[in-house]
Amino acid sequence: MAEIRIQVNGEPKDVADGLNIEELLRSLDLQPRMIVVEHNGDILRRERYAEVLVGSGDSLELVQFVGGG
Amino acid sequence: MSTVVDITGTDEPLVIAGRALRSRLMVGTGKYRSNQEMVDAIEASGAEVVTVAVRRVDLDRANEEGVLHHLDTQRYLLLPNTAGCYTAQDAIRYARLARAAGFTDWVKLEVIGDQETLLPDAGATIEAARELVSDGFKVLAYTNDDLISALRLEDAGCAAVMPLASPIGSGLGLMNPFNIRTIKSRLEVPVIVDAGVGTASDAAVTMEQGVDGILMNTALAEAQEPVRMARAMGLATEAGRLAYLAGRMPRRERAVPSSPTRGMLS
Repeated sequence: MAEIRIQVNGEPKDVADGLNIEELLRSLDLQPRMIVVEHNGDILRRERYAEVLVGSGDSLELVQFVGGG
Repeated sequence: MSTVVDITGTDEPLVIAGRALRSRLMVGTGKYRSNQEMVDAIEASGAEVVTVAVRRVDLDRANEEGVLHHLDTQRYLLLPNTAGCYTAQDAIRYARLARAAGFTDWVKLEVIGDQETLLPDAGATIEAARELVSDGFKVLAYTNDDLISALRLEDAGCAAVMPLASPIGSGLGLMNPFNIRTIKSRLEVPVIVDAGVGTASDAAVTMEQGVDGILMNTALAEAQEPVRMARAMGLATEAGRLAYLAGRMPRRERAVPSSPTRGMLS
């Protein structure tokens, strides 16, 4: 299966080609409803996770709520 | 015959951005020894508003770190913060990421100006507040105990202004009650004292200044027993509020007997 290289949270990562954002999150063991995605600098609305494809060289920031004051 | 005095209804709810809150204590979710201890402490505090931070997912520890895996979001109103941001642009970015999570358009805006003291950058906070308000956010802005920056944040459209009691995580208590009273006397939006409260008496003294509420994190998380301290803070916040509303007796630099001076035996 072909792989592409992307950046996830500043680190290079090789992932399967042809995944959409939702599939990528699941492949990383993340629950899409818990995660906010910034895709090449743009915040992605959750409704679009299933339609936006991950492309070679894409930069993704995956964030969530953690403990804080 | 004894009469039971009804003291319910002696205080009004705290209203922020149109939302009525019964508890005047807001609490953070950081630095607890375990997620269970955090959940138990928040429950014991009686708080309804709970702050959270926005951070990159650690792919190996996402479920453990993700606070939504542990917190009941039906029960608590999440208040995402922009902690760790040093510029207006960073804070705006974090606020937008937080809103995209889909829980709230409230944000606890923090723009830090100095790494060592974690004191806020008032200018950058005001700049970010203006932008976020125009973008539809309900902004609760952390700031110094300084009247002018508090007034500017109110002018910028903030839903609440949150001056510090003392530096974040210091536990030094209310350093400048005069400044806090001054801010409270001049602002129309709620004034929530954020940061620096160390123990229950600090919370009571802070509320006795007449402010609308308190936000704290470290005082609970770093207590020897966070759950017990959370209960103490809830009680102290309410006690301080009621004492403020009741109006304290005047201070006198002389003793005045409480018992009659007449009728003593010869």
